[in-house]
Parts: sequence; C-alpha cells; structure tokens
Amino acid sequence: MANVLVNAPRTAKKGQVVEIKALIMHVMETGYRPGTNGRIIPRNIIQDFTATWNGREIFRMRMSPAIAANPFVSFSAVASESGIIAFRWSGDAGFVAEHQVAITVT
Amino acid sequence: MTPRRPERSEAKSRDLFVRRRKTGPSAALRATIGRRSFLAGAVTVVPFAAQATPEVLAAVIREVTGDAPLREGRVTLDIPPLVENGNAVPLTVKVDSPMTDDDHVKAIHVFNEKNPQPHVFNAWLSPANGQARIATRIKLADSQKVVAIAETSKGEFWSAHTDVIVTIAACIEDVT
Repeated sequence: MANVLVNAPRTAKKGQVVEIKALIMHVMETGYRPGTNGRIIPRNIIQDFTATWNGREIFRMRMSPAIAANPFVSFSAVASESGIIAFRWSGDAGFVAEHQVAITVT
Repeated sequence: MTPRRPERSEAKSRDLFVRRRKTGPSAALRATIGRRSFLAGAVTVVPFAAQATPEVLAAVIREVTGDAPLREGRVTLDIPPLVENGNAVPLTVKVDSPMTDDDHVKAIHVFNEKNPQPHVFNAWLSPANGQARIATRIKLADSQKVVAIAETSKGEFWSAHTDVIVTIAACIEDVT
C-alpha cells in the first residue's frame, strides 16, 4: 500500500465549503528520462485520481507525466452529509491505492 | 570499351555480394546489431525533439474547446513567475463561478507549451465542489507558457495564461 496523506476536516457545518488535500508517494516517472545506463526509464505515473463522498463522485482528475512526483492535489467540496470521503489513485503497471476519511456534518 | 567496364565491375560487385551472403549470418547479424544500436540512439534523441510546440498547444486547446470561442478572464492561474526547480512547481487554478446547478464549472484543463507532452491535467468538477479551485504541483521542462482553461455548464470557455521562467528543468536530467 502506498503512502498516503490526506488532510480533510473531521467536522463541518452543513453547507460549508471544506478544503480537501491529498498527497500520495509515487515516483511519477515521465518516460522521457534516460537512466544511468543511457536507456529511457519506462513511464510509471498515476493516471487517475477520484474522490467520492458517500459513494458519489465529487472530484476526478486525469494526470499526465507533467504532474510532479508524489502528486499533491487540493480541491474543495460542500459538506452535505456525514459519511465517508474515499480517494482512489490508479495508474501504470496496475498501480491502485485507496484511502478514506470520515467526516461529521452538523 | 567504356560500356563494358561498368558491366564488369557490376558483375564483380555482384560476385562480392554473393560471397558476402555466403559467408553469411555473422556479417548480416553484425549489420542488424549496428542498425539496432543506431535505432536505440535515435530513440534517446526523440524526447527532446518531441516537445510540445505552440502549434501543438493550439491544437490540443482546439480539441477541448471545439468551435466554441475561448475567452480570456474569470480564470486565475497562480504559478510563480520565476521557478528555480522545474521538478515541482506549485500551481493553483481558481475560477470565478457561483457553482450552482445552473451555472458551474464542469472542467478545468491545464496545458503547457514546451514539455514533451502538452497535457498537464484535466479535472472534472460539479456543484458539489462549492468553489472551483484546484491546487497541485507540476513539472516544467523549460521556460514556457502555461494555460488554464475552464469549461462551464453553459458551454463557455474561459482561460488564463502565465509565462514561467525555469532555471533547473525537469524531465531531462536523471536526479537519482
């Protein structure tokens, strides 16, 4: 399991716009760089990142090799109901990582 | 006399060719190896030649907008104008939008001019986001223009661009 760091508030008022930050450890190898032996290092990137709030998709991002290593994404969401915010990263070489946080909306 | 000479030399070279073919696989193999290593050399050159250009940038933007006009405004693209290290450049895109069901930002696309590929990211939003704001970190291979485009639910396209100067480029050197 990849190393994931998510920052989202544990509680929020209904209707409040909260900021969600997600960071994952990943090399994001571009596939354009020659390695020490002169050969191109094969591409290995995260291609898709999605966030769902109680199963409903709230954010989706398609990444390219131009996203820096250890991709960091920050976006916002309206606190609608208590529940689970789930994150999913997927990419080259069958890479998949998932993480979830709970949020209480009052 | 003159027409004969080339004939003879032609025959001679054909002879040589046959003989070489007879001595066979090792020579042929050597030739293929030579060609292969040459090709490998060509491959390492490609990434530098295959940079996105202003034309490519214009083409991918047209792919997103189609025939709809692309207007400047509403989008704020925050990116440092002078970047020391192109491997991790902080970037924030904000779009001025009420984010209601009737009027919200559907997608934000970010492109660049001179990385090997023009795409940086595409992100899809909905009214559930409350505000159209995305922050991330990107790689820049050279000093270049970065363009952010917002697609609204009304089918409008708004954009902003920034010129960035990069002193240490990403993508090219192996830092490991």
